Amino acid sequence: MSETPAIRLSGLRKSFGSVEAVAGIDLEIADGEFFSMLGPSGSGKTTVLRMIAGFELPTAGTVSLSGRDVTRLPPFERDVNTVFQDYALFPHMSVLENVEYGLRVRKVPRRERRERALRALASVRLEGFETRRPSAMSGGQRQRVALARALVNRPRVLLLDEPLGALDAKLREQMQVELKEIQRDVGITFVFVTHDQAEALTMSDRVAVFDQGRINQVGTPEEVYERPASAFVASFVGTSNLLSGAAAKALIGRDGTFSVRPEKVHMGTSGVPGTVAEVIYAGAVTRYVVDLDAGARMVVVDRDRRELRGQSVCLSWQDEHVVEIKENADAA
Amino acid sequence: MTLSAWSRWGLRVFMALGLLFIYVPLLLILVNSFNGDRTFAWPPHDFTTRWWSAAWHNGGARDALWTSVKAGLGATAIALVLGTMVSFAVQRFKFFGRDTVSLLIILPIALPGIVTGIALDSAWRSVIEPLGLGKGLFSVIVGHATFCVVVVYNNVLARLRRTGTSLEEASADLGAAPGQTFRFVTFPMIRSALLAGGLLAFALSFDEIIVTTFTAGPGITTLPIWIFNNLFRPNQAPVVNVVAAVLIVLSVVPVWFAQRLAGPAAGASRT
Repeated sequence: MSETPAIRLSGLRKSFGSVEAVAGIDLEIADGEFFSMLGPSGSGKTTVLRMIAGFELPTAGTVSLSGRDVTRLPPFERDVNTVFQDYALFPHMSVLENVEYGLRVRKVPRRERRERALRALASVRLEGFETRRPSAMSGGQRQRVALARALVNRPRVLLLDEPLGALDAKLREQMQVELKEIQRDVGITFVFVTHDQAEALTMSDRVAVFDQGRINQVGTPEEVYERPASAFVASFVGTSNLLSGAAAKALIGRDGTFSVRPEKVHMGTSGVPGTVAEVIYAGAVTRYVVDLDAGARMVVVDRDRRELRGQSVCLSWQDEHVVEIKENADAA
Repeated sequence: MTLSAWSRWGLRVFMALGLLFIYVPLLLILVNSFNGDRTFAWPPHDFTTRWWSAAWHNGGARDALWTSVKAGLGATAIALVLGTMVSFAVQRFKFFGRDTVSLLIILPIALPGIVTGIALDSAWRSVIEPLGLGKGLFSVIVGHATFCVVVVYNNVLARLRRTGTSLEEASADLGAAPGQTFRFVTFPMIRSALLAGGLLAFALSFDEIIVTTFTAGPGITTLPIWIFNNLFRPNQAPVVNVVAAVLIVLSVVPVWFAQRLAGPAAGASRT
């Protein structure tokens, strides 16, 4: 990590009327990092992105890019580019004109403009589409045009607002890999907004988990998944078995809130007794919902499907897979 | 929705009757403009282009046509500028009384022409004439602009609503200053809406007679007024037919173009 972060947000707040969309955010994103903002819709992640891009003026706090305070600068004076959720391609321009746009308004000479645009289109594997209109392209292709249009300007930071949201599952996975590759190639900072936890875990160097306008936890995907800092993170990132109150005391042996991931729980003949209430087959894995005699409900993931509904089973897990959740005052 | 055979036929008959009711009189005028008989005896006995050449050489009609074109162009120009500006203000900004402004802009098209006419007439007499600007062609243009603004406003507003602001945000994000964004993105987006609104505005102005009557200065005769003045002079009747036929064609063409440009949703509501 270099000394000056690519993006620094301090005390960032945004209210729309009486609704506080962003309720105080402090965050540093390093140069060249693939950083994800993960959260349910309405958690404030897109508003933070729009404040970094310059589309929204913060109610309080500052946005710095590479150490320079840009809080009050308009979007066209910031060295960031955005890939929009709906792509926002100009419908009256060809693909090449779309990609050239940023260079054209910055008065880059025609020849250089064309060269760079063609190279950007090649980097997203869209050679031969130069004269097409966006309306004559598929969702995945439009997505790539939007990416090329942003990258051609060689911004210091690329903001991506749920860019894969409109694509079908297969194409999503493919684009996730491609985006990661492109980010490694160009070496610029990517800030990626998503509500899909699997997507955030797969692609990011670090993830910030948003809830109700605040950040619950920032960390590597592994940290966020294995060591959730709040009950919200534990349940939003992947699925978790949360134990608290009497059940926690009975099963773990002390007071507090604990999280155990379903895939860490073993179902066999020894351990805590319970009854299988539901068997959910999901292809690669099968989920078993078990009602424990101690009074809690746990989900167990197993590779094999067995007809165990209504039968008695025993659950066991290792102590190292039990994560104690220390709730901070403001988390839900 | 499925309809019974009876109601389907019923609807067809009523539609045919409705269309006949509107278009037979118009056809009659076209046919009569070629009718050789001076009293328009029906059915026409002989075909003549005599009235057309008489109309062509009629100085009064030509002057009136030219006046109408000038008034139409002037009113359209004012409407384009003001209508576009208001629609941007209403669609893109939140301000106190925005809905009221929107209503006030649309109101003149619903206001009876006679009321607009009287109001403009007295305003011109009591306020503007004392300032040294008498009624003339300009007062007609201003009068027409009051309702022409509405069609431009409606067309541009609908377009702005449909396109949203995301393209303009994308443009700014890519480094375009506001002027560049307008030139390269916003204007191309609303261009066809402007053309459609302008054509409708011109068509509205071109056949306007009530407001014109109240706002025209001495010596200003638009084509509809000329027709009205000459309609009951027996000698002029055949020529009036020709002029009316020309007027039909001139009004239909821009409306047809405007329809094709704006799509079915953005028609005007005044004839």
